[in-house]
Amino acid sequence: MSDTSEDRISIRTRLPAFLRRADPAVLTAFGCILLLLLLSSLYSSNFLSLNYLLQQLKVASFLGVVAAGVMVVILLGHIDLSVPWVMTTGAMMACAAAGFGSVGPVIAIPFGIICGTAFGLLNGFGVAYLRIPSMIVTLASNVVAQGLMVVYTGGFSPQDSAPPPVRWLATGFLIPGLPNAILVWVAISAMMIFLFTRTAFGRAVYGIGNSERAAYLSGVDTRRVVMIAFAISGALSAFGGVLLAGYSSKAAQAMGDAYLLPAIAAVVLGGTSILGGRGSYLGTVAGVILITLLQSILSVMQMPEAGRQIVYGVVIIVMLLLYGRTPPNR
Amino acid sequence: MTTAEIQATSPLFRMEGVSKRYGGVRALENAKLDVEAGQIHAILGENGAGKSTLIKIMAGVVAADEGRMLLDGQDITFRSPAAASAAGIACVFQELSLIPDLSVADNIAIANPPRRFGLIDRRAQRAIAEEALARAGAEDIHPRAAVKDLPLSRRQMVEIAKALASKPRILILDEATSALTAGDVAKVFAVLKRLRSEGLALLYISHRMHEIAELADTCTVFRNGRNVASFRAGTRSNSEVVEMMIGREYSNVFPPKPPRAVIAKPPRLECRNLGWGDRLRDISLSVAEGEVVGLGGLDGQGQRDLLLALFGVLRGATGSVLIDGVPMTIASPAVARASRSAMALIPEDRKTEGLMLPMTVRENLSFAALDHVSRGGIIDRTAEEQLIDEMVRLLAIKTAGLDIPVGALSGGNQQKVVIAKWLMRKPRIVLLNDPTRGIDVGTKQEMYQLLRRLADAGAAILFYSTDYDELIGCCDRVLVLYDGRIVRELEGRDITEHALIASALNVDDGDRRGTAA
Amino acid sequence: MSEWRYWLNEQRGTLMGLAIFLLMFAVYIANHPAGLTANVAQTAANKGVLFAFVAMAQTLVVITAGIDLSVGMIFILTNCLASWIVVGEPLPTALGVVAVLAAGMVCGAINGLLVIYGRLQPIVATIATGAVYFGLALLLRPFPGGSVNEDLADALTGRLFGVIPSSLVVLAAAVLLVWLPFRRSRLGRAAYAAGSSEQAAFMSGVPIRRGKFAAYTLAGLLAAMGGLFLTFFTYTGEAAYASGSGYTLWSIAAVVLGGVSLYGGRGSAIGAIFGAFAARTTGDMLFVFDVDPLWQPLLQGVVLMIAVSIGSLALLRVRNRLDWFQ
Repeated sequence: MSDTSEDRISIRTRLPAFLRRADPAVLTAFGCILLLLLLSSLYSSNFLSLNYLLQQLKVASFLGVVAAGVMVVILLGHIDLSVPWVMTTGAMMACAAAGFGSVGPVIAIPFGIICGTAFGLLNGFGVAYLRIPSMIVTLASNVVAQGLMVVYTGGFSPQDSAPPPVRWLATGFLIPGLPNAILVWVAISAMMIFLFTRTAFGRAVYGIGNSERAAYLSGVDTRRVVMIAFAISGALSAFGGVLLAGYSSKAAQAMGDAYLLPAIAAVVLGGTSILGGRGSYLGTVAGVILITLLQSILSVMQMPEAGRQIVYGVVIIVMLLLYGRTPPNR
Repeated sequence: MTTAEIQATSPLFRMEGVSKRYGGVRALENAKLDVEAGQIHAILGENGAGKSTLIKIMAGVVAADEGRMLLDGQDITFRSPAAASAAGIACVFQELSLIPDLSVADNIAIANPPRRFGLIDRRAQRAIAEEALARAGAEDIHPRAAVKDLPLSRRQMVEIAKALASKPRILILDEATSALTAGDVAKVFAVLKRLRSEGLALLYISHRMHEIAELADTCTVFRNGRNVASFRAGTRSNSEVVEMMIGREYSNVFPPKPPRAVIAKPPRLECRNLGWGDRLRDISLSVAEGEVVGLGGLDGQGQRDLLLALFGVLRGATGSVLIDGVPMTIASPAVARASRSAMALIPEDRKTEGLMLPMTVRENLSFAALDHVSRGGIIDRTAEEQLIDEMVRLLAIKTAGLDIPVGALSGGNQQKVVIAKWLMRKPRIVLLNDPTRGIDVGTKQEMYQLLRRLADAGAAILFYSTDYDELIGCCDRVLVLYDGRIVRELEGRDITEHALIASALNVDDGDRRGTAA
Repeated sequence: MSEWRYWLNEQRGTLMGLAIFLLMFAVYIANHPAGLTANVAQTAANKGVLFAFVAMAQTLVVITAGIDLSVGMIFILTNCLASWIVVGEPLPTALGVVAVLAAGMVCGAINGLLVIYGRLQPIVATIATGAVYFGLALLLRPFPGGSVNEDLADALTGRLFGVIPSSLVVLAAAVLLVWLPFRRSRLGRAAYAAGSSEQAAFMSGVPIRRGKFAAYTLAGLLAAMGGLFLTFFTYTGEAAYASGSGYTLWSIAAVVLGGVSLYGGRGSAIGAIFGAFAARTTGDMLFVFDVDPLWQPLLQGVVLMIAVSIGSLALLRVRNRLDWFQ
């Protein structure tokens, strides 16, 4: 094992400086994006038009926001399966709060995010303090969130159309030509990069993902870090849900179902190890764009849903076999 | 010579010129060993003398770099433990090779369970297990019990039974009695003697001199990865054997110890009547500022638990801990490292407890001191850089850069990073858990100098080492632990190799007994 | 006497699952307007058996310390396949059944190959294969439809001798013919050993890879049995994404309720069957209590949350905090 890492270093020192520091997985993912665009432009030149690309980035930004949160949790070596219904909860609660008198539209977005954070804290408490496997806690809280939303929408007639601020955030233009959703994604990305590279919390997340023992023995309150990480994931899932509600102008049941697996896949394709501790945020951005493009191109090419799913799965497997393998046992 | 002649003169098993390196560390060098049928062959040596590597090679767990092995005069190589087992070599490992969630019977028959119509025949398996347990003298263990529910001593008996069930020709026991009760030991000895009379070859590794005196026919002493002497049991005195184990090959250069001043202040670190289950019993000790106190004794006598208890890792520890004379409750490493106690722990296993190997040297260095270089959770990169540069210079850490994974450094430099990451916090109490294990001689020297410098700067140092030489060279006082108790306190000139080894083995070396016993 | 104690200890997880199920089922029946009639039992059995097959499949993989997130999609894929080929005269029907089961095994084997020889993490590998299997299902059934040999379907979802639900008989047969032989085989033991401690298993000369491969493959087979039953139950094939992912998620819950450790090495598919029936009954119970059906998912979630939290009581016994970190 030490041999291979030494080999890798010697190869790396021969690369130009800007490549030397980049993760090979991130480069591969960006390379695949370019390749995908190139191949699709042979099919139709529309794929390289600015309009098309901006539209794709806009669609990608919803997944991007969700994947950012999922990445924090995956870096710890955990997983968050509560994404679908926490997204829906965020969206529905934001829409609900909007109906709350004159302050409604103002508190809509924060309220949605707070609800998501609450679920995140619940997940984090179960994982960090009760030490229940994250897969199970988040699965259970997904069902609880679903249950709450079913009761809420069925019990009385809910206010489910997205209020203007939410719509503006998702589809408006603060800068002409540049959809706000993209700006939001950029802002969140800047915050995530700052969090991962410049804060003690970010370092602790990577440290725990590599060895929770070592982080604990270094005097880090690992349980608190894990709990906060899940809270971030919950908050960003909910925020992604709010944006999605703004985009489709209403909150609907099961609106988050199509986001869990792509979010995990985007994080992993971006070079983040599912075992935790390794990965860069840029990789996740690349993974999100890659997956969105792949889905879009397949649908523009009028490939039926079936073919899209198959290509999608096969691409993920091939990419993982290229660079996502765990080292051999001995 | 013809094949027939070789067979007539050669022993059951022979190892010639076997060497093994782990990275840069030489574990076994040109080792030679003959094992005869119908004999108990004792292997002696200090911690790290190469005994464990020797048996791992024999048992097919690791492959030798060079050299050959012969069984019945035929060359053999083992590609897996299963191959060694098939050749008739069974090993009772120190780190248990039992599968915790399976039952005792499942474990005993794991390699080749009896089958009927292709399925495991549980009745036959149970008979095999009962027979093996009976042969090992452990009839009290129920074959259906889950291994994870058994106490350590019972697990060790199961391990012995499992080795016997494979009907071996050569049985290797690596510290097989370390966790056993006296009654068990007597039973195991009876079993081993019977096996010898049945013509098995037994390889017996132990630190306990009286056990070896009782059992062994032949002894081989290892030191620094080489076999230094083989002799018939009983032809050398205990004292001579100890001399052989210590050797005179290398001598480290240790910094001079300053004369101990009498300090009126309360000790920096003190603990009273510390206990933790049956692993730590009634431990009282104190370390003054500027003092280096060693913890001695055989591996696994509670030294590691003691350090973890002081650092707030163990739950349910009894007794009291005082820092500068003030009682403190230390419930986690986060509390231990905070400024009131300012403790640092250099853990035992740097690869899983000290470092995050895939992370960079930079990230590892500042990991424990991020609160010192950040404000409101945001890292001040300039301050971080300064502190890191200072530490890299101070400890002379050799690295191709600060942005390479720390796992790419040599063992010695990795260990320097572990120490540096704690020195950044300017600790006033430093607990070290065998910090020089597996690192090169040069780095060791630097560490000895560093320890003394830290002490001179006012830190209190508690230092566990498995290397007696270090305890003698570095420590102002040494506390020897045996079975979770401090059995002896050595001070100044009394800290000798002989006294250390003798008290660690719990044999009387003729000197006066320590008052703490 | 002491034999009993060891037996109890071995079966603790399974018995817990059984106890949870019996408790829930007893409450359910006691409050059911019709009581325990053959009809009520048949309906309960048919619904529960679908869950039970998928949960058994999940158990096999979880025992090796892995996870199969594609199990629900194999279930859906085999349902769609069955709606094409399990039709007609007895002989083609029989061949169809065999082909459906073989397809499930191939899916499981692909998962196994990717995890064992491709050295991919089970979570992501099975997410990806799940997408592929769902795509294949959609290819077979872009729209719900198809048919199945109704004589066979009615026989297997009906009652035997007028009382015993025949789906339960098939489930019992699967336990006898697939699970018990696996558990008693050398490969099954290797799967347990690898899940419990891969290092110790290697030192003991256990065939780790073959054991794991067998577990993944048989998981595919069991999921296919579930898919077949779904077809018998609905007479059609439908590539419903939500249904597939729902079955996957509930299979994990059922496994935990049935006392199977997600860390591997411990538990039994029989426990998982009880876990699956218990999970199923939570849903039904609300009907008899006249709870607004809207509350059903929420109560299910809360019950699940409480059930999984109970396991954390073991934490109180941990004395070395480093043991928190496995």
